[in-house]
Amino acid sequence: MSARVLVGVKRVIDYAVKIRVKPDRTGVVTDGVKHSMNPFCEIAVEEAVKLKEKKLVKEVVAVSCGPQQVQETIRTALAMGADRGIHVEVSGKDYETLGPLQVSKIFAALAKKEQADLIILGKQAIDDDCNQTGQMTAALLDWPQGTFASEVTLEADKLKVVREIDGGLETIKINLPAVVTADLRLNTPRYATLPNIMKAKKKKITNVKPADLGVDVSSRLEVLKVEKLKEAGRI
Amino acid sequence: MNLNKLIVLSRSVKLGRNVFAARGTCLHHFQSRRFIRSSASSLAYAKDLFLGKVNKAEVFPYPEISKEELEEINQLVQPVEKFFNEDVDSVKIDHEAVIPPETLNGLKELGLFGIQIPEEYGGLGLSNTMYARLGEITSLDGAIAVTLAAHQAIGLKGILIAGNDAQKAKYLPKLATGEHIAAFCLTEPGSGSDAASIQTRATLTEDGKHFLLNGTKFWISNGGWADIMTVFARSEVVDKDGQKKDKITAFIVERAFGGITSGKPEDKLGIRGSNTCEITFEDTKVPIENVIGEVGGGFKVAMNILNNGRFSMGSAGAGMIKRLIELTSEYACTRKQFSRSLSEFGMIQDKFATMTLNAFVMESMAYLTAGMMDRPGVPDCSLEAAMVKVFSSEGSWICVSEALQVLGGLGFTKNYPYERYLRDCRILQIFEGTNEILRMYIALTGMQYAGKILTGKIKEMKKGNVGVVFEILGKKLKDSVVRTVDFGLTGKDGVVHPSLTVKNHAKMFEQNAAHFGSTVESLLYRYGKTIVEEQLVLKKVADVLINLYAMTAVLSRTSRSISIGLRNHDHEVLLTNTFCKDAHFKNNFLLTQLQKNSPENNDANIKKIAQEVLAKRAYVCSHPLDRTF
Repeated sequence: MSARVLVGVKRVIDYAVKIRVKPDRTGVVTDGVKHSMNPFCEIAVEEAVKLKEKKLVKEVVAVSCGPQQVQETIRTALAMGADRGIHVEVSGKDYETLGPLQVSKIFAALAKKEQADLIILGKQAIDDDCNQTGQMTAALLDWPQGTFASEVTLEADKLKVVREIDGGLETIKINLPAVVTADLRLNTPRYATLPNIMKAKKKKITNVKPADLGVDVSSRLEVLKVEKLKEAGRI
Repeated sequence: MNLNKLIVLSRSVKLGRNVFAARGTCLHHFQSRRFIRSSASSLAYAKDLFLGKVNKAEVFPYPEISKEELEEINQLVQPVEKFFNEDVDSVKIDHEAVIPPETLNGLKELGLFGIQIPEEYGGLGLSNTMYARLGEITSLDGAIAVTLAAHQAIGLKGILIAGNDAQKAKYLPKLATGEHIAAFCLTEPGSGSDAASIQTRATLTEDGKHFLLNGTKFWISNGGWADIMTVFARSEVVDKDGQKKDKITAFIVERAFGGITSGKPEDKLGIRGSNTCEITFEDTKVPIENVIGEVGGGFKVAMNILNNGRFSMGSAGAGMIKRLIELTSEYACTRKQFSRSLSEFGMIQDKFATMTLNAFVMESMAYLTAGMMDRPGVPDCSLEAAMVKVFSSEGSWICVSEALQVLGGLGFTKNYPYERYLRDCRILQIFEGTNEILRMYIALTGMQYAGKILTGKIKEMKKGNVGVVFEILGKKLKDSVVRTVDFGLTGKDGVVHPSLTVKNHAKMFEQNAAHFGSTVESLLYRYGKTIVEEQLVLKKVADVLINLYAMTAVLSRTSRSISIGLRNHDHEVLLTNTFCKDAHFKNNFLLTQLQKNSPENNDANIKKIAQEVLAKRAYVCSHPLDRTF
């Protein structure tokens, strides 16, 4: 199989951190706060690496959009088994307003450029809970999508996806190339072991700018205010 | 101070050297190595403090690692933290007194069994600094931390630092993956602190190809599981005079060699998940290729191994205390009594300050020492490492106790981890060299060094080296006339950042250092060779030195933080100033007690009390309710 898989990994505030709203209420405090890979992205990487270990795909490419720090996240994906990484450089104001629409445009462009056969993303990010990037990417590429996947099986050039939906489980068969978004029960991500982290240092990460891909990252959304929720259950 | 006294000193120090040698304590090994006069660094930072000299180039600026290394270590830390937070059930490990195989496998897969083994043998090849950094996380579970440390900080260290290439190639790969676990076998039922008195024997077979090992080792961590052991035994050695002597040799012993039985695991107060047991060797056949270093050179190997591993206790302790601060402050800020949260009360705030200061000093000292050890060459930081160990073990004990106190009754229950941390912590003051032995080592190593230098100078004087005469006289005059001291820490070209000199905290350090130097000199005059017996004096000397080293570490670290603009560096300035002020006054008191006929010194009485009680082996006083009529 000569398939190439693109996996999106997002750098988010670590799930265990207590979130604090910035005093000016324009966002949350991110300075000096512990960040890590979005848990659903970890599951996505794990699935891609598993496919490679089963020799069903040839290459796993980890992609992340953001400033210099996202390289750590890409490196973690490399340590988990991805072959190479792509860092799409977005920083400053652009990064603050980066959302699913812009990211999906970037992914669509990259999928064409890298001639990817499969894109695996986490179903949503734990910071914005958008749950849109996968769907938008598929739409932009006009590819089929298997979202909320709890099981993925490659059968020749078709993908059988078991989806977690409100009523239970739905099984669908979609053609490749396709977009899959990973749900919680898809797999249990492996630890990036220290020896693998050391080996991953030798793997390549290429830098690319959104402009190079012909993508405009300006946002059409404006955040008016961010507030801490009052205690649940109190009126 | 006159010249005659100096000459008397030289004679007594020479005698002192022989006394040290004859005692065969763990101190004599360094005599063969240290050269006196080449003032070229060789890392004599702590030792030169005994001469009242501050080698600021050794410790300023604070050691720094490259950006790549920092990124790497941050990357390495993440999965380990995740593992310890999610897959380590410390309560279960403590309760069942065993580390489950799945957890052990997880640790092996993460690569934590070969942190310092070179990459060519399958390890991670990380530096001391990185090892210390990972130690901050593994310390979250005491049993695991000790198991890992017993395996790599001491168990296989001998092969790493003193083994030949064949031994390394044979044993290190499986040790790196954790397929084989290592243990360090020195202690015996009759030989704990007095390591040189071990009785396990290794006799050469007739054909000269094997040693037969016979004896019992005690308190061996990983003893029940270890496949590869570094064992120390006495063997007959013919020295250069043709005389037969019994000297200690280090051996790599495989369990597969046979004749090895491990006793049942000890039921301990803390670190209950760590396996500790007795190991008996009965005619265990060890091939001569498995001798580490030279036959008869085992003691040096043992001391090098132990000195090498101690510094990481600082970062381990700091990691644990930082976690405790988080847990305890959650409670203190939410629990209310008298309509106010505990965090508003002074005595509670005092505890948090204690924990913060201790963590700050511990990590500063640990990383300073690790940074020094990572310098090229083979720097000897055994003195500095010992100081880190003493400070960290005692600091950890106090901090855990205070944290427990904040939670009151809750802290006392098994529903919270405090009691487990407390029990796990207690061993820190005992193993890897008891704090009593280490204080002796710290004090005597330094005093001997100072004594040698002073003797050397006297010899020069006697030879007629006028330069030295003027140097000594000049110093004496200056000390008696000029009251201020300047080691180049403060002022225009000072290495310490100006913010730390505002309230003279760096100056306080310099004053203490100078005072310490002259106190050491006067102690050497007063006691000469008998200083070895004066443990209470040596304890104070060691305590002053530990404080001085701690002050150095925080001054150096904070100077760097300010200079590069690290986040929250003004908090560091606050911590540094607080600690230095405290330490300065403590040192002053200790140094006052060390002066001749000091009224503040209660040592003579303390000894008398102990003697009277120990003579009767009981409390001696009559009962307060007794009558005489």
